Amino acid sequence: MTINGWIQILLFVAIIAALTRPLGGFLDRVLEGRRTFLSPVLGPLERGFYRLAGVDPAQDQSWWAYCRAMLVFHVLGFALLYGLQRLQGVLPFNPQGMAGVAPDLAGNTAMSFVTNTNWQNYGGEGTMSYLTQMAGLTVQNFLSAATGIVLAVALVRGFARAEAKGIGNFWADMTRITLYVLLPMCVVLTLVYVWQGVPQNLSAYVEATTLEGGKQTIAQGPVASQLAIKMLGTNGGGFFNANSAHPYENPTPLSNLVQIITIFALGAALTNVFGRRVGDERQGWAVFAAMGVLFLAGVVIAYWAEAGGNPLLTALGVDPSGGNMEGKEVRFGPALSALFAVITTAASCGAVNAMHDSFMPLGGAVPLVNILLGEVVVGGVGAGLYGMLLFAVVSVFVAGLMVGRTPEYVGKKIEAREVKMTMLAILCIPLVILGFTALATVVPAGLAGPANAGPHGFSEILYAFTSGAGNNGSAFAGLTGNTLFYNSTLGITMAVGRFAMIVPMLAVAGSLAAKRKTAVSLGTFPTHGGLFIGLLVGVVLIVGGLTYFPALALGPIAEHLAMLAGTAF
Amino acid sequence: MLRHLRPAIVLLLLMTALTGLIYPLAMTGIAGMVLPRQAGGSLIERDGKVVGSSLIGQNFTGDRYFHGRPSATTDTDPNDPSKTVPAPYNATNSMGSNIGPTARSLVERVKADVEKLGGGKDKPLPADMVTTSGSGLDPHISPAAAAFQVSRVAKARGLPEDRVRALVAAATEGRTLGILGEPRVNVLKLNLALDAAAAR
Repeated sequence: MTINGWIQILLFVAIIAALTRPLGGFLDRVLEGRRTFLSPVLGPLERGFYRLAGVDPAQDQSWWAYCRAMLVFHVLGFALLYGLQRLQGVLPFNPQGMAGVAPDLAGNTAMSFVTNTNWQNYGGEGTMSYLTQMAGLTVQNFLSAATGIVLAVALVRGFARAEAKGIGNFWADMTRITLYVLLPMCVVLTLVYVWQGVPQNLSAYVEATTLEGGKQTIAQGPVASQLAIKMLGTNGGGFFNANSAHPYENPTPLSNLVQIITIFALGAALTNVFGRRVGDERQGWAVFAAMGVLFLAGVVIAYWAEAGGNPLLTALGVDPSGGNMEGKEVRFGPALSALFAVITTAASCGAVNAMHDSFMPLGGAVPLVNILLGEVVVGGVGAGLYGMLLFAVVSVFVAGLMVGRTPEYVGKKIEAREVKMTMLAILCIPLVILGFTALATVVPAGLAGPANAGPHGFSEILYAFTSGAGNNGSAFAGLTGNTLFYNSTLGITMAVGRFAMIVPMLAVAGSLAAKRKTAVSLGTFPTHGGLFIGLLVGVVLIVGGLTYFPALALGPIAEHLAMLAGTAF
Repeated sequence: MLRHLRPAIVLLLLMTALTGLIYPLAMTGIAGMVLPRQAGGSLIERDGKVVGSSLIGQNFTGDRYFHGRPSATTDTDPNDPSKTVPAPYNATNSMGSNIGPTARSLVERVKADVEKLGGGKDKPLPADMVTTSGSGLDPHISPAAAAFQVSRVAKARGLPEDRVRALVAAATEGRTLGILGEPRVNVLKLNLALDAAAAR
């Protein structure tokens, strides 16, 4: 580990902390439908959209109506994206003549992008036409991100409102986030990325004659416009197969810094929106602090593991001071690769600038554990906040049990219905992760997947279902996933990971919104101080540890111990 | 039912038109006008012919050129489309090796490369020289990996080592703002500079 590495990590943390409050204020204004500096331009567009769609933005929806709107929107988005992939061979913007995508792969990819997972069983530059990348994948990058944000806001409204029937209007929330937040930011970010070297064209692939006289075909495309929303929306699906490790998709350390900032920016800002809505910004900062503790712990472990080099290679005569460079790019080195890996899995982004599969056993365990814990560290845009707020519900419930009082959180009594729904959301995820991992390790179609032998092969399977259920999309990419078995099981996993989480979550939002506010009294457990932050971090770690420790012991922990003994597989 | 479907259908189509067509196409137009070189892929031409991209590494094997890092990219086997064959620096199929840290195949590959390059326990090699990059297209090597190759290239070209070392120094990029990223040498640019130096 180097001082320079730590300076870069601390710089990142400082920038995020500084952005959280101003960006939170802006998000808050947009979601309330108040005027912003963009209103003169985008206001007429927004109203035009509502008129054509027959939407009254002021009409409050019950949690069930909100949920139904969200589900219908997902189903139609899935159908459109599936159709585009199947038909791309006969549609325009296809200079490389890509053929239609096979049914199981198209289904997996459509589910993957609609659920904000962006797991990719394909390589972009060898599979998708430019039209599919733009009108299919880029669109779902926007819409699934907007959906994530508005769902978090719906839950926040549940806490903030008193004796209310509704939790907002899904159509208005989704339209506002897309028009006022995501699109304008992406326009600016696209130009920044192009300035740094990311291509943005519709040309056929370039034929170059190398200095030694060989032929090199270089893939092109409208990369920057998709990259901008891929990071900002914590989608993570690469334009190219190598994702943000590809020098066209992440050419410089500066483009890398912008990418990691935009992964975290909106998710962190939502904690501030939460604080503002419940009338006490300290509540937001307490959630932010709990996220920060978990984040820094992950960074320390991952950076330490990657910076030390691989002892099996050091023994052969490789200088360990360069770190573990297998699967990493020289311009990023171990520090920025480890930092990126922790960020992309702390949020449910899933973009990578280095191959997680080739990380050291404990270095690769950190991204895995991050997703297993529920990506509650900032999370996907929205997903982290609602995940963390559900853990906050469990935390006050545990605290309430200890002192024998009805638990309260930010002025709302937490009762049987909320706790049941919360536990439903929290328990569905391990069911699919552990269930499908177990299945894949016993059936031949599952065992055909891993590229590596020994415990690392098990880690590849576990990571795949974890990534799918967590709607993350990063991978231990050695796993051959483009098979009927993995396309279908991972497709189901992604759907459960998204909907089994958000439907109960919206039910909690609806039931909270209907309750009256309880006044703060001497007996109220303060949820903005260090004690609560500690309790919240503890609950996240205990729930995750109890659920997943045996699986982790079979994978990365066994591999680490074997490596220390000098064993290769 | 139609009452519920109308907003979903209309908004999905409007958003597809806006974020899926207008936005990327407008950005393509603007970027092509304002930043044509980058938007077009940062291509490098020599004598009117495209020789590569400054951002994309290419395969070098001869002694006269500096070599990039090992690359794990593959291509379809021309004899059997269901299989793949190694094709280093294939810029239509970016990928890493995805070999785990305790894989025997990794240990054996690195062992062979270390021996070939003349490294060993008493003469440890820079890690990036014997490891494949994440994209398989890494355009850079570390300054240490460049320094390691100076004498070979100088000998093959009949240039003084100091001259080659100066070209390496000129092709070395430091950290952005002194903080971000790692020091690195762009292999294609360095080799172009070598060719230019020899031609003079």
